[in-house]
Amino acid sequence: MINAAHNPFVIPTVVLMTVATVAIGFYGLRLARTTSDFLVASRMVSPAWNAAAIGGEYLSAASFLGIAGLILKNGVDVLWYPVGFAAGYLALLLFVAAPLRRSGAFTLPDFCEMRLGSRRLRTLATVFVVFIGWLYLVPQLQGAGLTLATVTGAPYALGALLVCVVVTANVALGGMRAITFVQAFQYWLKLTALAVPAIFLVLVWNADGRPSPVDGLTFPQATVVTIEHPATLTMTDGSVLTVKAGDELTFPAGAAVPAVAGMADGLDWLLPGRGGSLFGTYSLILATFLGTMGLPHVLVRFYTNRDGAAARRTTLVVLAMVGAFYLLPTIYGALGRIYTPQLLLTGDTDAAVLLLPSAAIGTGLGGQLLAALVAAGAFAAFLSTSSGLLTSVAGVLATDVFGRGGSVHTFRLAAVAGGVIPLLLALNVASLDVSQVVGLAFAVAASSFCPLLVLGIWWRGLTAAGAVAGIVTGGGAAVAAVLVTVLGPPLSGWPAEAVAQPAAWTVPLAFTTMVLVSLATRRHLPGTVGATMLRLHAPESLHL
Amino acid sequence: MPDRPARVRVVLAEVGRPRAAADRARADLAEQNQVGEALLRGLMRAQFALAVRLAVVVGVGLGGLPLLFAIAPSVSTVTVLGVNLPWLLLGVVPFPFLVLVGWAYVHLAERNDQDFADLVERR
Repeated sequence: MINAAHNPFVIPTVVLMTVATVAIGFYGLRLARTTSDFLVASRMVSPAWNAAAIGGEYLSAASFLGIAGLILKNGVDVLWYPVGFAAGYLALLLFVAAPLRRSGAFTLPDFCEMRLGSRRLRTLATVFVVFIGWLYLVPQLQGAGLTLATVTGAPYALGALLVCVVVTANVALGGMRAITFVQAFQYWLKLTALAVPAIFLVLVWNADGRPSPVDGLTFPQATVVTIEHPATLTMTDGSVLTVKAGDELTFPAGAAVPAVAGMADGLDWLLPGRGGSLFGTYSLILATFLGTMGLPHVLVRFYTNRDGAAARRTTLVVLAMVGAFYLLPTIYGALGRIYTPQLLLTGDTDAAVLLLPSAAIGTGLGGQLLAALVAAGAFAAFLSTSSGLLTSVAGVLATDVFGRGGSVHTFRLAAVAGGVIPLLLALNVASLDVSQVVGLAFAVAASSFCPLLVLGIWWRGLTAAGAVAGIVTGGGAAVAAVLVTVLGPPLSGWPAEAVAQPAAWTVPLAFTTMVLVSLATRRHLPGTVGATMLRLHAPESLHL
Repeated sequence: MPDRPARVRVVLAEVGRPRAAADRARADLAEQNQVGEALLRGLMRAQFALAVRLAVVVGVGLGGLPLLFAIAPSVSTVTVLGVNLPWLLLGVVPFPFLVLVGWAYVHLAERNDQDFADLVERR
């Protein structure tokens, strides 16, 4: 088995990265003790820095590990994930960015209260922020467990526990809060950690005579594969082999990779539309395009822009930075089939990015250093995204659940509560593909907060009752679909598809309900709607 | 004769018709009267129409791809530089395309804002 267990650089690099993150956080804390310090300081931050910080927070385990793994396994159809993750920022830019900054809202519940003045809606928004936050945190922690297990051989639970403790302590002590520098640093680290090894991987592939990732896959080295999920394998001589978890198979170097039943192979991998249905593809597009604006950790950062125009420019830079990053996972996914084909048998495709450098480049000094760089990048992804999410979750828990005092003590309590529950889930719920779970979080956000934000910003007719009804039906349906996918029995046929990718029906449901109920309760329009619209849309240069 | 304080000349700075008109427009906006409402609705309509137009560009440009691949499977087998076209159309092209659309939006939205500001200042 190729792994980096004997790579002496991995642990020091990961530790150094973690310590640097915590240290920059604490140093920043000393500089900016109060909220107003932070706000004043962050308004001096240029759109480029702010954008790197947003990108640093956004590029999660799903982006860093998950997409490449999905591409390795499923091929061209899952390229919609990176496209959608990037396009979500365009939707945010077009419909939300500038007015949201002008609203002055710091969290989604704040926006609800500012726009519609309803306490009930605020509470409902809090529930959804916490649900989406936890749903997004679980795969981050599972990714951390997988990474540490892959690169050091440590038990799976250790990585999840480690990231959870570091992040919770950091957020509870206020270290990561609002430190633009840390997040910006982590964006550039993540980009470097994928880009530099990618260059070497392509050079190696070129030197090897450009083997095809489509057909005729062979094991580059003698490989022992430990099966983790039961599977049916078709060997190249036509014989069929049924394996169960724990079985070990030995393949000599150059042996052909057997086909796994139920997994895309050859042409299914290469050509679009053969693995899934059009419904699934469009549902995924809708969820990712519209979900980004409703993610709790994305919204917080908009308040740090100077004004609405700066918010637009920042979003454009984020779009460019995130887009540049998403060019890279495809390379890992395609080359992963050539150099780490054992992942097709074990099903652990999320580990592709971590294993590729040593598998393709070798376990010499160069390969080991690149593997350590990738591992550090992966940990940067878990730390930054988890910190952003936990800060948002703890923020709303502290103000809306643990009482309205908002003291430092309450915030710390909320941070611990907000961190422990996803850890318990991560350790007890069966591991799904990182990107799949994150895709579901996007679907919930697209079916709840997206209609609320878009209608709230552009339509005077929205009422509190309409917003509540839309979030409960659309968002509730998406939540139900998530719970069935994660916990429920396996489904088949069209219900399976409608539940696995719910956005295509839950997003229209949410919009329609919100509009119809608002029209029915038109008499309860908030009297301040004119003033609110003026605040959301009038350019700041007028100094109204 | 009673003592009188020395005469003081009081000059109001920046008195002028254009300024007064601008203040009136600001007041219209702030008071939410019919004129202010109409001004604001005009701005919102312009910004929303711009956003929708560009969203349609992206919706057709990217959203049309799955349909294209389904209707004309032969597109998928075309190779450019040794790579199948769908991989380029999904793995590379969307990112610069999205940035380009975003750049156009920022440019045009700022112009809308500026037009609105000019309208208010000069009225």
